[in-house]
Amino acid sequence: MSQAAALAPSTRPIGWQEFALLLAGLLIVAAPHALNAPWWLILLTVTLFVWRAAGVWNHSLLPSRWMLVVIVALGTAGIWLEFRAIFGRLPGVMLLFMFSGLKLLESRDQRDAAAVVFLTWFLAITNFLFTQSIPTALGMCVAVATSIAALVTCAAPRRAPRANLRTAALLLGQAIPAALVLFLLFPRIQGPLWGLPQDSYAGVTGLSDTMAPGSLSQLSLSDAIAFRVEFKAQTPQRRALYWRGPVLMDFDGRTWRLGYPSFAELEPPATGKRVEYTVLLEQHNRNWLFALERAASVPANARHLEDGQLISVVPVRTRLRYEMVSAIEAEPRPGELRRVLERARRLPQGFNPRARALAESWRADAASDTEVLTRAIQHFRRERLQYTLDPPLLGRDSVDEFLYVSRQGFCEHFSSAFVFLMRAAGVPARVVTGYQGGDTNPVDGTYTVRQSDAHAWTEVYIGGTGWVRVDPTALSVPGRVDAGLARAVAAGDTLPLLLRPELEWLRTLRYNWEAMAHQWNLLVLGYNPDRQRELLSFFGIKDADWLDLASSLLAFLGVFVLGLFAWMLRHMVRPDPVQIAWNEFCGKLGAKGVARSPHEGPRDYSERAARDLPAAGAPIRSIAELYIALRYGKHAAAEKVVELRRRVRDLEFG
Amino acid sequence: MRIFPQSNFRFWPQFALWFQGSAAPGQGDIVIAHRRVYIVPSRLGLYFGGALAILLVGSINYALSLGFALTFLLAGMGLAAMVQTTRNLARLMVRAGRSEPVFAGDAARFRLAFANPGGHDRPEILVRHLGSGAQQTIDIAPADTADAVLAVPAARRGWLTLGRVMLETRFPVGLFRAWSYVEPESRCLVYPRPEASVLPPLAPSDRAGGARAHAQGSDDFSGLRGYQPSDSPRHVAWKSVARSEDMLTKQFAGDAVAELWLDFGALPAALDLEARLSRLAGWVLAAERAVAIYGLRLPGARIEPGRGDAQRTACLEALALFQAP
Repeated sequence: MSQAAALAPSTRPIGWQEFALLLAGLLIVAAPHALNAPWWLILLTVTLFVWRAAGVWNHSLLPSRWMLVVIVALGTAGIWLEFRAIFGRLPGVMLLFMFSGLKLLESRDQRDAAAVVFLTWFLAITNFLFTQSIPTALGMCVAVATSIAALVTCAAPRRAPRANLRTAALLLGQAIPAALVLFLLFPRIQGPLWGLPQDSYAGVTGLSDTMAPGSLSQLSLSDAIAFRVEFKAQTPQRRALYWRGPVLMDFDGRTWRLGYPSFAELEPPATGKRVEYTVLLEQHNRNWLFALERAASVPANARHLEDGQLISVVPVRTRLRYEMVSAIEAEPRPGELRRVLERARRLPQGFNPRARALAESWRADAASDTEVLTRAIQHFRRERLQYTLDPPLLGRDSVDEFLYVSRQGFCEHFSSAFVFLMRAAGVPARVVTGYQGGDTNPVDGTYTVRQSDAHAWTEVYIGGTGWVRVDPTALSVPGRVDAGLARAVAAGDTLPLLLRPELEWLRTLRYNWEAMAHQWNLLVLGYNPDRQRELLSFFGIKDADWLDLASSLLAFLGVFVLGLFAWMLRHMVRPDPVQIAWNEFCGKLGAKGVARSPHEGPRDYSERAARDLPAAGAPIRSIAELYIALRYGKHAAAEKVVELRRRVRDLEFG
Repeated sequence: MRIFPQSNFRFWPQFALWFQGSAAPGQGDIVIAHRRVYIVPSRLGLYFGGALAILLVGSINYALSLGFALTFLLAGMGLAAMVQTTRNLARLMVRAGRSEPVFAGDAARFRLAFANPGGHDRPEILVRHLGSGAQQTIDIAPADTADAVLAVPAARRGWLTLGRVMLETRFPVGLFRAWSYVEPESRCLVYPRPEASVLPPLAPSDRAGGARAHAQGSDDFSGLRGYQPSDSPRHVAWKSVARSEDMLTKQFAGDAVAELWLDFGALPAALDLEARLSRLAGWVLAAERAVAIYGLRLPGARIEPGRGDAQRTACLEALALFQAP
């Protein structure tokens, strides 16, 4: 009750309750960043937290302003040394991480507490730069609730902590309807508004634009989801599911690289089985889109390339959803540019002499490219090369070593060797990377393709026929394509956790979780300007512009605020039934031309009304008597109130 | 402003009554209608708006769906806070309490009683007197009352009316500042500032029968006389009252106390009105301390000699209101 405290609420010192809440909120939002922080920064930030906590008990322990300046300078310099940048995504987040400790350390009064709360929110949103999963969302909700509880405690420090927590929960609960409306109707703009830092999308897994021995087998150890598919009709057979990705044309003896093809109009294949499906592609920071071979449509904002790839106009930096039509098992189409075919025969000189000799022997014996291909296929079938996730390291002549020495490899070895042999025999061939297969989530029926489904196969050009798909892995290890990776590799290899047969229960759990995450991705994370337009057209608003959105949004929010206000005041509304009946009575008389003037008491008014409306004189007088008795008399009996209401209702003017 | 004219009441009387914020209060109560609660963002609220803008731009730029969700959740929280801040004042009932008279130069203590008709508590309500800046923060429990005492400096004698009082709150999160004004009918009597000075000499009484020969004090008991309404309760002979029907007052024989007339006209002409009243007020206090029997003569008014709290109050009241400004 101190009068000084009432003067400036912002200069009240922070009490231990506020401090505990602020600290809890900051810890929740800062903890995930510790995974990315260098050890010394974690140490520094934790020290700052502990320092401030000590200051709660003993104020003299808190540092002076110049000490803080020194810490800021040293910490910033350290971050610069660590990341060689201050403004990237990671260094920026690290700076915020450090400031979380610094700001808390520096906080003394309630104004500072509010600044800490804002910092908590900023740190919370930076977590979403790294992951937007359901657990992260829940964690951040807890942090926001904690920070709001801190604000409430600052505003009412003398109140019971439980009451303050309840108020914070109430505030958040009441915020949800408005947040929902804002989320759905706030005019969405597709970002970015300005150039993003270079490292914004570092660390996303996915296929790369090169393929060297070992690159795909590394990727295959990841359970991460590459994309999800919803088939309109039945899911095709697993062996037919070749999800085409980047096509690799150039070989330098070790690494296969993209061929940088030009755009080409897509001619939908006339043959094959038509499949319609929707792809929800995880962000991978590359342009390519994945579609079943062969694509029969091009999604919006995408292009078709001459080598059969689909690429997005902008890199896929957010989860992307697109509708696709493909024709599986379509006949190849003859005809290819001369320069492409020449490039598809090119090989570096001086590598893999044994493989080259083998290919040349096939060429010498065979009459046509088809015959060479047949011999190569027979060779791969016969040789019984072993399929392994853990291939031995290969030296300079990687194809020779794979074919004759180690005799075991992953799909990149198979496809690399096959294309090398074909080219050495003068037959145009190329490596196609992408994914093969996938699995159906039994919970929601979504087809899921993971990084562990990454695959590389080949295409061979046969004059008069066109590009023919040959999967050398499948030739040697038929099970890879029919049954998936787990059945194909030798026992004892380290499989990705979820592919291990003994962990059935874990898989079931994972299926359920992923089905939920899929809905989350679709409904929450995938909500973008396009989905917003779809939603509005569902409600009959076609081609809504931002003005429509803004006005409907404002209308909704206005209704929300008024409704909330009415709801909160509902307990305080105790309309007096006597007054209501009297007002109704005055209204009835007013409609007959005898309106009550403000100065008129009930007796004067009823006398005048009874004179002016003689036909109803008696009931008017009796109503007035009853009203006066109820209003000013000692006892207001309930049955008298009922009688008053009845008489007013029954009042007729003859 | 009446949004719903009288004739509309019959259609939705409950809603109209609610909207007008006029639940019938008791006599003397002021109910703060929610339409009279004003609200603006506080400075912190403006910063909050800025922070939301940054969060929104970041969400757009990085296409963070959950960033949008977080931003909008906080925005919704802001709206809810706005409503709750208004609610903290809406429908609050204020009633003016009694305020004891004070001397000019002291602080008049105005007592205001606040009643919370709702089922929720109303913490952190700042009650601030606009004229003087006197203020107090109160918390009111659900369906309970709380008192605020505003110490308003009383500069001049006479009636001091309270005037406008501002009620302000920033609860629950400090993002908004809601306020309303009330003007409770409350006034406080301010006596003239007492001037400490020597009591005047005993003047001859103008009552028939001449000056009173006997002196009265409170040192030695000298007998009983009939009770007069101005007698101090301390001097009532309660034992005798218990025995008989008559109220009797104990009389004491003193040595230095006599009947005293405090006369406005007898003061030096050089003193102005306020100075004279101050001196008279000082005499009233001195006479009361000396347990004298004293009377007061003002131009056009006269208070018969007496003693005790009632006499003191009557004299000071007369002085306070004499040709009241």
